[in-house]
Amino acid sequence: MCCLNKPINRKKNDIKVVNKRVKAKPPSTPSLNLVCDIDTLRTLIKKNKVRVVDVRKRDEYLKGHIKTAVSLPLAELLSNDDPESIIKILNNLGISDDTLVVIYDDTFGALASRVAWSFKFIGHRNVALLEVTYDNWKKLGLEIERKSNKYSKVSHSVDIDYSIFADAEYIENAQNDKNKIIIDSRERLNFLTEHIPNSKNIPYTMLRSENSILRNPSELKRFMENRGIDLNNEIITYCGSVGTLSGLAFFALKTAGISNVKLYPKSFKEWKSLGKPKTEFKDATYWDLSAE
Amino acid sequence: MAKSIDYDVLSSSKNKELETNEKWGLAEESEYFANKVKLYRQDKLNADEFRRFRLQNGAYGSRLNSEFSMIRIKVPGGDITPTQLEKIASLSESFSIGSAHVSTRQNIQLHWVQLEDVSEVFRGLAEVGLTSREACGNTIRNVMCSHFAGVCPNEPFDATPYAKAIARFFLRNPICQNLPRKFKFNFSCCPEHGYVRIADVGLVPTIRDGVKGFRVYLGGGLGAASFIGHLLEEFTPESRLLSTSIATIRLYDRLGNRENLARNRMRYLVSEIGWEKFQGLLLKERILVEATISIPTRKSYDGFLNTGDLNNTSISSTSTKSKIKLPVINSNSADTPYTRWLNTNVVAQKQSGYYSVYITLGAGDITSSQLRILAECIREFSLEKKARNTPQQNFLIRYIKADQLPKVFQKLSGNGLGNPGANTIVSTVGCSGTTSCNLAITNSHRLAKEIQSKFLELNIDLDKDYVDSTIKISGCPNSCGQHEVATIGFYGGATRIGTSMVPIYTMLFAGSTGENGELGKAIMRVPAKKVMDVVLKIFEHFKKERKGDEKLNEWIYKISNGNGAGEIKNVDDMKKLLLPIIELPAFSAAPDFYKDYGTDSNFVAKTARGECAA
Ligand code: HEM
Ligand code: SF4
Repeated sequence: MCCLNKPINRKKNDIKVVNKRVKAKPPSTPSLNLVCDIDTLRTLIKKNKVRVVDVRKRDEYLKGHIKTAVSLPLAELLSNDDPESIIKILNNLGISDDTLVVIYDDTFGALASRVAWSFKFIGHRNVALLEVTYDNWKKLGLEIERKSNKYSKVSHSVDIDYSIFADAEYIENAQNDKNKIIIDSRERLNFLTEHIPNSKNIPYTMLRSENSILRNPSELKRFMENRGIDLNNEIITYCGSVGTLSGLAFFALKTAGISNVKLYPKSFKEWKSLGKPKTEFKDATYWDLSAE
Repeated sequence: MAKSIDYDVLSSSKNKELETNEKWGLAEESEYFANKVKLYRQDKLNADEFRRFRLQNGAYGSRLNSEFSMIRIKVPGGDITPTQLEKIASLSESFSIGSAHVSTRQNIQLHWVQLEDVSEVFRGLAEVGLTSREACGNTIRNVMCSHFAGVCPNEPFDATPYAKAIARFFLRNPICQNLPRKFKFNFSCCPEHGYVRIADVGLVPTIRDGVKGFRVYLGGGLGAASFIGHLLEEFTPESRLLSTSIATIRLYDRLGNRENLARNRMRYLVSEIGWEKFQGLLLKERILVEATISIPTRKSYDGFLNTGDLNNTSISSTSTKSKIKLPVINSNSADTPYTRWLNTNVVAQKQSGYYSVYITLGAGDITSSQLRILAECIREFSLEKKARNTPQQNFLIRYIKADQLPKVFQKLSGNGLGNPGANTIVSTVGCSGTTSCNLAITNSHRLAKEIQSKFLELNIDLDKDYVDSTIKISGCPNSCGQHEVATIGFYGGATRIGTSMVPIYTMLFAGSTGENGELGKAIMRVPAKKVMDVVLKIFEHFKKERKGDEKLNEWIYKISNGNGAGEIKNVDDMKKLLLPIIELPAFSAAPDFYKDYGTDSNFVAKTARGECAA
């Protein structure tokens, strides 16, 4: 189980740490876009200027991975999802404050997004998602290898960014706030079945294009405009259980140009276990439309 | 109203991309729709005006939830390319529910699309030449054409180019943007295949003295009250197809009932003023149309006709004089899955050496990944590189060489698309029912699927007695599932038994399609959860009592006309036989019998305002 409760409890005492963010770092290293394209990553790998993180299962990593990549299976991160543990993970992977990090998976970017969000949460700035999945990378015949990579340990600072985090209590307060929009990123039929009251549905399947884990920003922006979502709105995303699908939505919304996006990492699973109210739609038998 | 999209009669620009159908969609209509949604959301457009606009563009409101829409993609003549299927697959994944639904009028429907995403679906459709424009609303709906047109051994010529030219001519045409009600054209290939007697205009191709033409049937249609169309004249030459169509639409537009929602289809006009009078007015109107039709108008139609592959020479068409049955490949070997499929899903074409292959779907549902497999199959195996969807809610891939059939089967069956039974009673039809339709009383969709899986389990497809028989189910009397033209049809309703509400179906017998099509007769009411038992009981008695090698549809026809030869002679005997079966146990003993398929909740008949006439 993840334990994001901890940072909550520490929230009030940690204001100093949070404020540290205001002091912008000097741009000593080039910064990454939220989504890193193939060419950029290949160049960075060649120049040895990037830490590539593979979040698939360990045995898949061992069968082959992008050159220079380290392994961090999502499950490992989720079972140690408190700031201290995440920092420890970063240190062990040789990721220091200035390291450029590019993360990939084989699950249309959802697992990579969740890990990337955690990195951002504890204050790592330069983190990006690879635009393609490992499967695509391999199909394109790009550089892969089998050897396990290890890098020398470093020491990353902590700078928790609560502005991208939401918990159940936060959601409850947002429910009736016109300026805050709660987005459910599960598929349509799951959403219809039950969802957090007043949330809107943007299924994760809307976000990807044929060749990339996320559509181009102008398309994503148009989707938001169609929905009357303003770039200045605050958006909170959630999904079914651990914040993967909604992690992807988090990055999609950021890409679309919305600055204030939060993730509710414990998502609907926790919401239900807390016995919070749900909106259910029982007036139609829509599940019978599925051909599976 | 803001800018409207102009109808340009003069543009018949040929836009022939490789492997693409005619272009029906317009990209600008997507943006236009998005803007209207915004205005509506900002309360700058009232709900009624917006609804009319939405329907004109092919989006219905979803069941009891106006946040979502059903998008009806028109597939004129049912003719669709692999690229189009793949686009529909990805649009469904992105904006709908990851599967699509083949309708009974050769449309393909995407359900539960958020209203704000509808414009995105339109955008994607336009990219591959498709549109949903005028798929709903009071307009010319999707123009149907028999899926065998072009390959049917009994057809005098391929009607497809005519169906498409008519579709193209009337799409966005100002003369039919606001009819009293919807208006449907159905073309057949031969007297046997096609739904020509239940359309506003039904057309059977025919040749007289070497001249191509049609037998035109007018004023048919299904609904709460259904009618069979009337023959306009013995022969309508193809040169008069356009004027006849325009004249019919003008007459209907002028005289059709615009007050009474329930009586505004053209069939009511015909029945109110009487066929002879209507016919007389129409023939006069046609003279007027022919005298005044402008050269550009005529030319644009001719242009549409010639863009269709009118003289498709790459594929030889040998027209046969004598009427022959569509042969199916008969293999007497053991009932392997392959031979089962071969027997019921593969049909020989008039082009010797070529076969058409049915994909049997469950009530028309197909997943996005299956759509992609279908597209691959078409590209790989079909000479014409297209497919047709069918009113039986299936697909037909045509122009396949015999030696490719095993490979086709392998590919299809590996992906859940290789079910047998397409030309038998196994291939049940079900409208959307409570899965998405505002007017639905029962879950007709699921019932159709339940019956199909039961039939497959019982190997009904192996039994030749059930070839050509059909079961079609609607979730209310409106007939979208075309229950009136089924061997055994059902439409949903609600009734009270004791203190509980129960979903119930009215069962009809002996409806049929084709040029001699007849409407079914109501027999009795059957609780939803008893439909299966009733059907099986009918089968049991059919087997006992039919004469010789009489097939189910023939036997049912005899019973419904009181000509049964066995113990069951007529409908009353049939009712007596079935009454004990439909009796429900007490609610407390078996509450499940009182519920509909697909839900654990107690049954309530909930409907909202239908949008069929908006
Ligand atoms: C009072 C309202 C309605 C009436 C009278 C009506 C009647 C019909 C009829 C008679 C057909 C076609 C049968 C044929 O001509 O071949 C049809 C087709 C259909 N209708 Fe309706 N309908 C109504 C409303 C709706 C609604 C609200 C929905 C769902 C949103 C719906 C869904 C369908 C579907 C799925 C078809 C299949 C055929 C197609 O592709 O057009 N109908 N309708
Ligand atoms: S027959 Fe009734 S339930 Fe079925 S789609 Fe039509 S209106 Fe809806």
